Amino acid sequence: MPNQNSFSTIYAVARNAFREAVRDRVLYNLIVFVLLLTAAAIFLGELTAGQEARVVTDLGLSASLIFGVFIAIFVGVSLVWKEIEKRTVYSIFAKPVSRTNFILGKYLGFCVTLLVNTAVMGIGITLALVYVGGGKFIAGVWPAIFLIFLEMTIITAVAIIFSSFSTPALSALLTFFVFVIGHFSSSLRDLAQSMGSEAALVFFNVVYYLLPNFSNFSVISNAAIGQHPPASMLGFATVYAIVYDIILLTITTIIFKRRNFK
Amino acid sequence: MKYVVEIEGLSKEYETGFLKKKRNLALDALDLNVKGGQIFGFLGGNGAGKTTTIKILMGLIFPTAGTASVLGKDVANVKMHSQIGYCPESPYFYDYLTANELMDYFGRLFGLDAAARKEKTDALLTEVGIAEKDRRRQLRKFSKGMLQRVGIAQSLINDPELVFFDEPMSGLDPVGRRDIRDLIANLRAKGVSVFMSTHILSDIEALCDEVAILRGGRLAASGKLSELLAKDDAGRALIVEVQGVNADAIRGSVEFISGATIEATPDGANIQILDESDLDAVLDLIRKNSGRLTRVEPAKLSLEELFVRDTTL
Repeated sequence: MPNQNSFSTIYAVARNAFREAVRDRVLYNLIVFVLLLTAAAIFLGELTAGQEARVVTDLGLSASLIFGVFIAIFVGVSLVWKEIEKRTVYSIFAKPVSRTNFILGKYLGFCVTLLVNTAVMGIGITLALVYVGGGKFIAGVWPAIFLIFLEMTIITAVAIIFSSFSTPALSALLTFFVFVIGHFSSSLRDLAQSMGSEAALVFFNVVYYLLPNFSNFSVISNAAIGQHPPASMLGFATVYAIVYDIILLTITTIIFKRRNFK
Repeated sequence: MKYVVEIEGLSKEYETGFLKKKRNLALDALDLNVKGGQIFGFLGGNGAGKTTTIKILMGLIFPTAGTASVLGKDVANVKMHSQIGYCPESPYFYDYLTANELMDYFGRLFGLDAAARKEKTDALLTEVGIAEKDRRRQLRKFSKGMLQRVGIAQSLINDPELVFFDEPMSGLDPVGRRDIRDLIANLRAKGVSVFMSTHILSDIEALCDEVAILRGGRLAASGKLSELLAKDDAGRALIVEVQGVNADAIRGSVEFISGATIEATPDGANIQILDESDLDAVLDLIRKNSGRLTRVEPAKLSLEELFVRDTTL
């Protein structure tokens, strides 16, 4: 007897999205990451006497962020666009699949890919730290890995929203701008305050509140000196990411629901 | 009468162009009802509005005006899709999946349990002629004909009450066409309604109980195929096939009979008369010219003639 509901539909779409990412060799970036980290652990340590653990943590987490952003932007923008362009949506929406469940499934499936990716990177950094004798840094690495993952979920949601009405190239560019501005929005607002210009202050306040504030997720420099973020910061960042993701996915769904698939 | 598809005043207008917007009316107030338990042929030339209609019924595009329902449910109702199957024209699937994985994925979307998915996958892929070894190959390695077969198999995974096929014979070789034609006929025997859009007129003649012909987004004709083909002859026109005569030699005598026409054939001629009362005159003419009468039959519109007449302005 068929037991079709929203959860089973979202799960089926998410499962396929994860399989797509794996078969499209998205996780192959991990090989490059592991090579980079191994090289850092073996060679850089010798150049930075006594600072091996710091270098490995800093380099490992920065590489996790850069690799993650790269994947979130370039795979994220094609996540839904590819389904429309290759007309696979024709077969999907002729089945009892709502457009909302489809978007959620694609998004969550890709988030699982990102989770696996960042988790494997976290394990790689941990092993490298064990190798260079920097065990005390490990406690700071995992919260940083978790925050990088949350940041990726927002970047993916931004990429999907742009790709729901724009081309992949433009979507990737716009998402990259959001990533960059999101990291500096609080600094830009502080700058506007010090300038004393009312117009600049209003503009940067709008940017600050409208675009995601990625400084909430930046703890790499702290982790590199062996610090780990307080639980309250992790809690706030988690809630912030979830709320932001929900808002972005809601807007994407509204746009997607009105779309004709010619 | 139970209708499986009800369309009322359905219109779809597309806007094209960026700065200077142009309006293109793909469907123009289409009214159509399709009865259940039969194979319904949906005909029309390129750009007549067939695919637009099917896409509206599948919820892929939204109508500009009018209403459409399938199995008594509005096309905007997602639950309606639980009871239908759909095979798009030149189906596109996830090329990184194998045929088995695709069927499993689509079975999940209908909420089928693992055992049912496996059973349906094996049975349907066998029915459409996908060999066991090919079922574990990625779809990117499939030919167009094999993809078409997989497309038909996936449209039946939920045991639908109604199936929509958009050009189901596209890309198939003659054996494949015969297999799919048999499969579609079997569906009707099992009580499944079929809504089929195709350009292949022999398939329409072999399979369809009723047809609708679209022209310029409007309904040009609809009804039972036999009635549509008989409509124009009024039951009195005849074709007389004769061998051993020279068509040009007797053309003058034939044209003396009111409304009669003659057409040369490799062995003789085909003479068409508008009224059976003229048959004696034609037979006399054949005897006089030492011809041999081989066939006399009522003149009927061929499906091709009907199609050409109703799909061209």
